[in-house]
Amino acid sequence: MADHKGTWWIWKIFWILLAITAVEVVLGIIKPEFMLAQLFGTSILNYVFIILTLVKAAYIVQIFMHVKFEKKALKFALYAPMLILIPYLTFILLTEGSYLFK
Amino acid sequence: MASSADMTHEEHSWGGASRPLGARYGKLMMWFFLLSDALTFSGFLTAYGLMRFKFESTWPIAENVFTHFPGLEGDQPLLYVALMTFILIMSSVTMVLAVNAGEKMQRSKVTTWMLLTIIGGLIFVGSQAWEWYHFIMGDTGAVENTHTEIMHVYNAEGERLSFSQVVHGMEHGHASNHGDKFTKEEVLHALKGNSELYLKEPGKAGVTYDHATSVQILEEGNVVQGANMHRNEYGRKQFANFFFFITGFHGFHVFSGVVINFVIFYNVLLGTYERRGHYRMVEKVGLYWHFVDLVWVFVFTFFYLV
Repeated sequence: MADHKGTWWIWKIFWILLAITAVEVVLGIIKPEFMLAQLFGTSILNYVFIILTLVKAAYIVQIFMHVKFEKKALKFALYAPMLILIPYLTFILLTEGSYLFK
Repeated sequence: MASSADMTHEEHSWGGASRPLGARYGKLMMWFFLLSDALTFSGFLTAYGLMRFKFESTWPIAENVFTHFPGLEGDQPLLYVALMTFILIMSSVTMVLAVNAGEKMQRSKVTTWMLLTIIGGLIFVGSQAWEWYHFIMGDTGAVENTHTEIMHVYNAEGERLSFSQVVHGMEHGHASNHGDKFTKEEVLHALKGNSELYLKEPGKAGVTYDHATSVQILEEGNVVQGANMHRNEYGRKQFANFFFFITGFHGFHVFSGVVINFVIFYNVLLGTYERRGHYRMVEKVGLYWHFVDLVWVFVFTFFYLV
């Protein structure tokens, strides 16, 4: 990691992850009334949780797992299967699974 | 026939001299293993989502299930899992610090950070064992009707009662059964004797039954305390099954991560990587350890928060 001096950048990510987790826990405990409104099948609060989770995941993968500093080809090899297969799996389960309600 | 220049080029490429991904073999293999593992976990989580969506109205609300904190009385929803999440993030940070020190060939720093990472992992696995123990032992107990649907006992104030409170009364009973087992007859007798008590299904839209129907449900049904793969006191059977499989599979990853970390730590102590001239092994187990943390971030959201 020649492009990094010292360890401040690690601790910066640590504080970001800690802050996001703290926000999630506080929201999870108080569950603000205005966030419980429904939007496309689930509450706004759940969208907030999912977005915060993806932000945390991005920091872990990009910085801790070092993908940000890898070659473009490796980034593509790692991200492409995930970004195609996981949404595909979710899509299949949600649509094909709808027969469960009939 | 290819010219000699082409041949040389071909031999050159096939010999591995060209490195289009710019990463070494071991690291690439770790990454491809992690990709397949990520798909396994997404399979688990999407299947969980499907079942939960199907039984949305009576699916147990996680913060009503995981309410205890070691050493504290009463309801502490989410706090303990939040602490576990913090511990795992912290041990991920010490792991990056170990990798970072390894790149600078600072053996003593690698030793310290690896040791802290292992301790963090052990605390996490221990916490998970504690949570499993409480999940399996049970908290309040529940009534199961003839359709294997789970219901909890409530009083006129809308408080959820434990079997201990139902049988021994509010003054003498404990808010949690603490491992005490109650028979169907004991609970039925107490339920018949107190017309204020009634049954209610778990979840956001669980149905409430009046006292007479509640007595009838218990007469035909049974009591459930704790959890196993067949029935659990929290709600749908699938809830406990997914809890065991997802947190269990993740816990197994943490456990094996701790073992692998320990092997690497031991080699750092022996000076293996110092002699080898690089600490790339630390980087490889680091990837695995961050992945375990990454998975927990998703499990925390989809199992405990959403």
